[in-house]
Order: sequence, then C-alpha cells, then structure tokens
Amino acid sequence: MSNRRHFIKATIVAAALASMGMSAHAADTIKVGILHSLSGTMAISETALKETALMTIEEINKAGGVMGKQLEPVVVDPASNWPLFAEKARQLLTKDKVAVTFGCWTSVSRKSVLPVYKELNGLLFYPVQYEGEELEKNVFYTGAAPNQQAIPAVEYLMSKDGGEAKRFVLLGTDYVYPRTTNKILRAFLKTKGVADADIMEEYTPFGHSDYQTIIAKIKKFASEGKKTAVVSTINGDSNVPFYKELGNAGLKATDVPVVAFSVGEEELRGVDAKPLVGHLAAWNYFQSLKNPENARFIKMYKDWAVRKKLPNAGTVVTNDPMEATYIGIHMWAQAVEKAKSTDTDKVIAAMAGQSFKAPSGFTVKMDEKNHHLHKPVFLGEVKADGQFSVVWKTPGPVKAAPWSPYIPGNDKKKGEPEAK
Amino acid sequence: MIKKLLLVLLCAAGVSAHAALDPAQVRQLAAEDSADKVAAIRQLTQTADPDAVRVLQAMADDALYVARDKALIISGEQAFDAATGAAVDMPAEPEAVTVNNRLRGELANALAALKLFDADAAVRRASAQALQASADAGMAPLLARALERETDAGIKALLVVAHAQATLGDADPAVRLAAVKALADTASPAVKSMLLPLTDKAGEADDKVRYAAIEAVKAIDGRLAVAENLGRVFSGLSLGSILLLAALGLAITYGVMGVINMAHGELLMVGAYATYGVQSLFRAYAPGLIDWYLPAAIPVAFFTAAAVGVVMERTVIRWLYGRTLETLLATWGISLVLIQAARVAFGAQNVEVANPGWMSGGIEVMPNLLLPWNRIIIVGFAMFVLFLVWVLMNRTRLGMFVRAVTQNRPMAGCVGVHTARIDTMAFALGAGIAGLGGVALSQISNVGPDMGQGYIVDSFMVVVVGGVGQLAGAVWAALGLGIFSKLLEGWAGAVIAKITVLVAIIVFIQKRPQGIFALKGRFVE
Repeated sequence: MSNRRHFIKATIVAAALASMGMSAHAADTIKVGILHSLSGTMAISETALKETALMTIEEINKAGGVMGKQLEPVVVDPASNWPLFAEKARQLLTKDKVAVTFGCWTSVSRKSVLPVYKELNGLLFYPVQYEGEELEKNVFYTGAAPNQQAIPAVEYLMSKDGGEAKRFVLLGTDYVYPRTTNKILRAFLKTKGVADADIMEEYTPFGHSDYQTIIAKIKKFASEGKKTAVVSTINGDSNVPFYKELGNAGLKATDVPVVAFSVGEEELRGVDAKPLVGHLAAWNYFQSLKNPENARFIKMYKDWAVRKKLPNAGTVVTNDPMEATYIGIHMWAQAVEKAKSTDTDKVIAAMAGQSFKAPSGFTVKMDEKNHHLHKPVFLGEVKADGQFSVVWKTPGPVKAAPWSPYIPGNDKKKGEPEAK
Repeated sequence: MIKKLLLVLLCAAGVSAHAALDPAQVRQLAAEDSADKVAAIRQLTQTADPDAVRVLQAMADDALYVARDKALIISGEQAFDAATGAAVDMPAEPEAVTVNNRLRGELANALAALKLFDADAAVRRASAQALQASADAGMAPLLARALERETDAGIKALLVVAHAQATLGDADPAVRLAAVKALADTASPAVKSMLLPLTDKAGEADDKVRYAAIEAVKAIDGRLAVAENLGRVFSGLSLGSILLLAALGLAITYGVMGVINMAHGELLMVGAYATYGVQSLFRAYAPGLIDWYLPAAIPVAFFTAAAVGVVMERTVIRWLYGRTLETLLATWGISLVLIQAARVAFGAQNVEVANPGWMSGGIEVMPNLLLPWNRIIIVGFAMFVLFLVWVLMNRTRLGMFVRAVTQNRPMAGCVGVHTARIDTMAFALGAGIAGLGGVALSQISNVGPDMGQGYIVDSFMVVVVGGVGQLAGAVWAALGLGIFSKLLEGWAGAVIAKITVLVAIIVFIQKRPQGIFALKGRFVE
C-alpha cells in the first residue's frame, strides 16, 4: 500500500518537474509542429517535406532564429491515416503548444485537421497544390490553386504545342482533391466546347497497384478519332505502378500525353524515366529551373541529405511542395518578426502582403486577402533522367482564385476568409 | 556512350563528305517559337541531305545548343558547328534547345523519312515501321519516291500503309479511295482514328470514299476487339499468376498443415525486402551486374523467408497445433512484430526495387496488344514455382512425409517419421514459397513494411475457394479469380469488380464450403 502511495507521489513530483522544465524551456524557443505522413501510402511524397521543414528551421536558427529565439521542431507521424491527422494536430496544439504547424499533403488530411485548427485557433501552413473551394482564416495555402496549375495545364494540352487535345481522360485517386479538380476541369472543358462523350473519368483507391485495365481503357478511348490526353491526379505510391505500366505498355507521350498534378521529381525517383520522356507535369517550381536562389536551395538540400544520411542521399531531388514548404516557413518567420509575437491572430494579420524571393526565380507574394500565394506556373516534360524541362511558363506570378469560376455559385463568394 | 561516339563519327563524316547545310536554316531549329522550329525541321527534311540526319538526330537527343547566335552540337566535352560539322571552341554558357512533344513527334517523323533512303534494309524497315501511325500529308511525295525505289517486299508493304495515310487528305477522290482501301487491312487504333473523320459527311464529300472508309473502320474494329479481348485474358492471367504466387505458400501452411497463418502477408514482405537487400548489395559491390540481381535474389528470398518461418514454427506455432483460434491470434501478433521490425530496419517509407533492363518494355503481338515483359516473366515464374512445389510435394521424401503426416499423424509417427521435424520443414517450405512470391511482387508493386496486408485477404480467398488442402485447387482458383475480376473490371471498373468478386465468393462458399477441390486434411477430422 505504502509502496503504491510512494509511486503516486513520485509520479506527481516527476510530472510537476517535467512541466516546469517545459515552461522554462518554452521561454527561449518557439515550438513549430511538423505534420507529415512518414509511413503508409503518402510517405513517398511527404517524407521529403518533413526533411525540408527541418532543414529550413535549421537555416533560420543558424541565422539567429526568430525574434532572437531558436525554433524547436516537433515532428509527428500521422501515418497516411486521415483521422490520425486530426488526433496528432490536436496533440501538437494542446500538448506541445506549437506556434504554427507545417503539414498535410492530401486534401482529405487537411479537411480532417481543419476543425481542430478552427476550434483551437491554431495556424496551419499547407504546402501542396489543391482543389481550392476553401478559404480558412487559420490556414495559409502556399501550394497552387486550380487556376495556378490545373487550368493552365489543360489549356496547354489544347494548344498547338501541347498537341491540340480534343478528348480527355481524367484519372485520379478516389478522394476529394481529384473529384473536385475533375469537376472544375469538366466545367472548364465544357466552356471550351468539349462534349461529355469526349471526357472519361476514372478513379482508383489509395494504394492501387494494378493499372493494366485502366491503361487498356485509355488506349481504347484514344482510338476514337480525336487527339487524346490524360490528366492524372493520382496521389501517393500508386504513381510508381502507374508509370511503370504506362512505360511497359508503350503508350508514348507523342501519342497520348499524360499531365500529372501530383507527380514531381521525388515520385519519379523510383521509376525508369526513359519510356516516360515527354509526359508532363504542371507545377510552380521545378528542380531544373536555373537561377541563383534555386542553385542555393538545391545545394542546401543535397548537403542536408548527405549530412543526415537520408536513404539514397546521392540522388535526392527537390520539388514543388518542398519549395512551397520552404517559402511558407520563411514567410511565417518574417511575419512573426513583423508582428513581434507568435500569437495566431497577429501573425495572420502580418502575413498579408509578405513577399519572398523563391527558388522558382520569382518574388512570390502572399495575397493581402485570400491567404494564397501569387505564383508563377510552369509546365515541364519528363526527361530521361527523371528531371523536367520547362516547355511553357507564365510571364510572372499569377494570383490564386481559390473559388473556381467554373463552379456555379462561386461568383458570390468573397475572396477572403469569413471574419468571425 | 555508343550514341555519342556515333555522333562524333557522323560529325567527322559530315566534314569530309560534302558541302554544309544552310546555316540560317539550321539556326532556325533553335528559334523561340515551336512553329518556326517545325518549319525548319520540314525544310531540312526536304533537302534529303544525310547531314540533316546528323543535325536532327542531335536535336532529338537533346544535344543541340545555341551560343553566339549559332547552332551547336555538344557531345561530351566537345562542341561542333551544327551546320558545317566542324569542331569549335566550347562556349561558356550554351543554351539548350528545348524539344517538346510536338517537336519530338515531328523529329521522329523527319528522321524516319530521311532514313527511308538508307542503304541498309534494316534501317529502312525500322523507319517504315516508325511511320506506320504518324505519316502526314507533307510526306506524301517523299513516301512515293521511297516506294518507287524500294525493292524489299516487306518494307514495300509497310510503305504502302504509310503512303496511304499521307494521301488520305488528297484532293483527288480516287487517290483517297485507294488510300482508304490500303488501310483497311491494318489493325492499328491510330489508323482507325485517321479514318473516322472520313466516315462522316462533313469530313468526306465523296460517297464512294465514305462507304469504303465505313467498311474499313468496321474491319479494323473487328481486329481491335480481338486484340482487346486477348489483352483482357492476358491481364487476367497475369493477375491470376500473382494471386497464385501470393497464395501458394499459404496453400501449404494453411491448406496442408491447417495453420491459419495471419503472418503470411509478412512472409511475402520478407521476400520482397530480401530482393531489395540483394539489389542494394549488387549496387554497392557489382554495379556492372545489376541487371542480374533478380535471379540471385530468388534463393536469398526463399531461404530468408524460410528461416523466418522456422523461427515462427519453433517458437510459437508448434505449441498451438490444433488450437485454431490461438494460432490465428498468435500469428496476427507475429505479423505486427514483423511489420514493425521492417519499419525499424528499413524505415517506414517504401523502398525502391527497380525492374532490371530486360524486364521493361514488351512484345507487340498486334498493333494495340503489347504484352509487357515483366508480366510475361511473372507468369513464367509462377509456373516455375508451381512446378517446384509439385516436385517437392510429390517426388521427394520430404513431400511424402508431409503428406503422410497430414493424412494420419499417429500412423506416420509409428512407422518412424519424425513428425515434429516434418512440421517445421513443411512450415519453412510454405514460408520460403511465400518469399518467392515476394520476389515477384517486388517487381510490380511497391515494397513497404505493410505491403503484406494487401495480399493476406486475397491469399486466403484463393486457398478457400480452391479447396483447403489441395494445391491444384489453388491454381484453378487463382487463375479463375484473376480472369474473372479482370473481365469484370473492363466493364464495371476496379471498385465494383472487387465487390462483385467478393460477393460471388461468399455465395460460392455457401453452396460449396469445401471449395472447388476437396481433400481430407489434418484438421478435417
């Protein structure tokens, strides 16, 4: 009996000490949450974002931190499990008391954590292109909205250089991002005079690995008399079997080009890119862009990979969501300096109009109102070494339109978050 | 490397042979606008100059650059003037000429057209082949010339098809009619695409040509349908062989020995990781032989998985024989342990297992039926593993003992069979076969710690439908399920197909709980 009492006492003392230690610690550091899947189907894409975030935090710390305080990263693994995202987010906000979170890739994970950030008035930086149709006070979107990626990509496919495609296969993983994007694209294609019969929509579950039937269907659809192009919103590790099958089935880019919105340099690392030459990806950044900021960014990440002994450190690449993560963290740091506080509402106010010289070679700006970045758009074709050569780009940064004009009713929505 | 050497040789030949190309024309290849580039490519093609082949090939290989307002070909450390082929100083910052899909298609056509006049029949055949689905109107005169000169009957036939495509848009209805008739004998989807506009009044004014086009499309459609159905059967066969590879090990551990092994999927995972390990070793110590890592991985995966199987059997499963529920729980626990072990050892991310060079690409059986090598090889590998299991079970002492113990344990013990050791061996065999399945899976799907979870249900499905305790049953069930679900997928999509297959299995098991084949196993008594 006394034994147990002793134990309880000890626990209380330990807990008290621990919490004291924590508060003492919290005084000289700012905690920053990193919420990316490090296992499961999305790990192929998200692991690199965690590494980028840690690298950027180290860069900022070396330069003196934020408001003279060092940043302290708190890394959690929501394991590609959407409800777990919400749990981990709550843990970051209530237990670790982070000032800001950088995280999520899939829209379903973002939708899952949203209520948590709204309820606890947290701050989330979301670094990936997405379907739009959302504008939350607590979120900053550093990836592309549909008008900064999907729409220009399809316009390119319909142009002379893109092959003048008249028929479209909209192929995606079965969740909110591909479904909404394809809804927008379908409406957009209709305004361009493409009939419903010339659009085929196909969805596969997360982690799907047998693309034989789908490739056969695409081949058949493409033989109906008009130039066909595929718009792929496949996410996660399904892309590896998809591109392997595409290469093996001999579907060449000159016949049926595939433009992907969630495939970058990182996803192509595990694939033999030679049969894929000419297939496209639309992003706001490519590793192959030549400018001093990008050279520095690539070198910093390569050195980081070697120093941290990442798997296959010799072949690491940079990609668009990594750049968006990098921009996001720097912009947040700038905003905190400006607000002289990590308080959510003050930082949100200070974020408006922040600008940053990005590795894309352009100075990107956070819109004064709509929480999205003004970003340039690039279209790249896959080269034999898995890199992209830019075949089309916008002259300068484009303002994001999170409420797509191609979805009815959106014209009435305001371009800024609802004030509470 | 060889390509580069060839390039250098070609360049050298260009210098000695004859006068250079028009530098202005060559410079235009590097114009800003794609339309200008296309025009330049077409002009160069019309010259039919062998030098043009060199320049266009360089452009297609991404070796064309611009510096000091001149087009250069850069190979390795050397730069050549594109127009003359003469070596020049390496410029400081050459700007690469970007080639997009449109240009790539244009270049492929141009090169094929230029090579139609090559002295080597093999080169001519390859270029005629390349033009089977992409010849455009501008190439008609060139193709006509090539057709006149050609002596080889096989190449001539190919050229007739290409020429017909190029003349489909001719002003003369008689020429169009001849072209449509020539194309009616093909079976390519691209040709069908070209003919379709002619079946419409808006696209074709001449009735005769239109009817001929409608007939031709019908004929091509028939051939396409044959190829499509063959393709479906093949993909079913391929899925079936994958299911079989995943389930064969379970057919032994569960089917013959009666152990409900929930860790079966993880044994597949062990095999796949063993493949990854062998690949890494080859990369580190024998990069020259990297294409042959896969054969070396087969025994490694077998013995690694078998070793894991032995440990499982000796430490856990042997104490639980006959207690089905406990076995189920214990093996499920083992599966979690194995998944976490893989996470700790290799990280939670998928690892990259590359297809060796000889497994990429495929053979073209018909113009729209291409059988990928990796799938063909996996079908062959499944047959090999099946044969191996059959020999082991029916032609060896071990197999005889396993069957004896399965049928009557006490009796086998009485005649001197060491039953406990046979149990271990049999379980190790089943685990090893699962490891072989893992080698195959590593080639077509992602290798990660929880990859096994996706196959455990399928494996049990195959064994139960086939009839527990019967290897032949597993074969029929795997192939049947594979072909059935692929045919369904063609009509109804992946998700509906999966649901239908599962419902069909439930109904089937209700009607015939013993499966397709039934044999008495140990647990039947």
